[in-house]
Amino acid sequence: MALSREQIAMRVARELQDGFYVNLGIGIPTLVANYVPKGMQVMLQSENGLLGMGPFPTEDEIDADLINAGKQTVTTIPGASIFSSAESFAMIRGGHVDLTVLGAFEVDVAGNIASWMIPGKLIKGMGGAMDLVAGADNIIVTMTHASKNGESKLLTRCSLPLTGAGCIKRVLTDLAYLEIDNGAFILKERAPGVSVEEIVSKTEGKLIVPDHVPEMQFDEEA
Amino acid sequence: MAGFDKVVSSYEEALAGLQDGMTVIAGGFGLCGIPENLIAQIKKMGVKGLTVVSNNCGVDGFGLGILLEDRQIKKMVSSYVGENALFEKQLLSGELEVELTPQGTLAEKIRAGGAGIPAFYTATGYGTPVGEGKEVREFNGRHYIMEESIVGDFAIVKGWKADRYGNVVYRHTAQNFNPLAATAGKITVVEVEEIVEPGELDPTHIHTPGIYVNRVIKGSFEKRIEQRTVRKG
Repeated sequence: MALSREQIAMRVARELQDGFYVNLGIGIPTLVANYVPKGMQVMLQSENGLLGMGPFPTEDEIDADLINAGKQTVTTIPGASIFSSAESFAMIRGGHVDLTVLGAFEVDVAGNIASWMIPGKLIKGMGGAMDLVAGADNIIVTMTHASKNGESKLLTRCSLPLTGAGCIKRVLTDLAYLEIDNGAFILKERAPGVSVEEIVSKTEGKLIVPDHVPEMQFDEEA
Repeated sequence: MAGFDKVVSSYEEALAGLQDGMTVIAGGFGLCGIPENLIAQIKKMGVKGLTVVSNNCGVDGFGLGILLEDRQIKKMVSSYVGENALFEKQLLSGELEVELTPQGTLAEKIRAGGAGIPAFYTATGYGTPVGEGKEVREFNGRHYIMEESIVGDFAIVKGWKADRYGNVVYRHTAQNFNPLAATAGKITVVEVEEIVEPGELDPTHIHTPGIYVNRVIKGSFEKRIEQRTVRKG
């Protein structure tokens, strides 16, 4: 079975480490915050200028002056800091954020990512995505493996305009966890009940399949 | 006005000198920390052909979105403009020009503009449509594109508190682009919720020193919320 949105978030959460500063993109990546393992401290960075983002506010706590990069009202955790957009992107571009999780339309074997623009459709803008992929060393892309019509989104070469060139090394789809190295996807884990054959058939870019591809494990306790 | 006293008492005075065709840098992220009364005054003045540098362009009927109603904006320099039907219409009809700029690059362009740095190199956008036509340099084996900084004829800023000398503090994430915008206007106008006497703000906690600020005005703010997200208490 393909992973649910929550399961994708749970699998990403296994990559968190105690003391990590983490930037979570809009959509599935945001859900990762719900699965931080017990006893572990991570601090969430929101690129509008907040480090130490807390949960949504209660009705009484709502403050129009405190939002996240998705323009949602949020709170701060003890130990949070707030700063300008220039400072925020200095820490992103300067490689100070330990882990970045974001979505994509396509990735390819060269580590290119396309996530912001579909020609012919209205272009709303890249927001902070280009800075995030250029600045971070440790990025996990979360996405569906193929479109609803079954067309692969893991490609030899991205067909859409890029968000960043050669910057992606790890991809988690609803079917598999893969790494990108030396011009190929390497199949590291498969979703529970998903066959290697299905993943092969839905991966257009060069795919290296090791002899043993374990099923994904989830931390149920979070 | 005498000495360092920068307080003005009317919005007419606050934006005196703003003319057709000028470049205006506006603070704010989404609808958070936007200079909403200064934007309303620009609408009232009716100046046209503006280039507006702002991360977003407000929403229909609020924030910078109201300047689209009378086609006062010729060009937007923004990272994300997706919340606005009128914007979409004018963009598709070719009435409005948009220069989409990565958010961090936009922030740095404004910061650099205010700091007297004409251009800088960044890896952001290399190999993407943003990098097309821009100078590329290699440093330590990595490619970077040259981005030019931005200076505005006016900068419009929303602060929390200011003293009469134009020292400003911002509140929570309403800070965002505001302190950058404040440095990069030939004329910088700050509207705040409260004006205090010099000495009342702790010098250690000033975000924007008064040297950058030309005019200060006290306003009242709606502070509209774009995405009201709550949890059960």
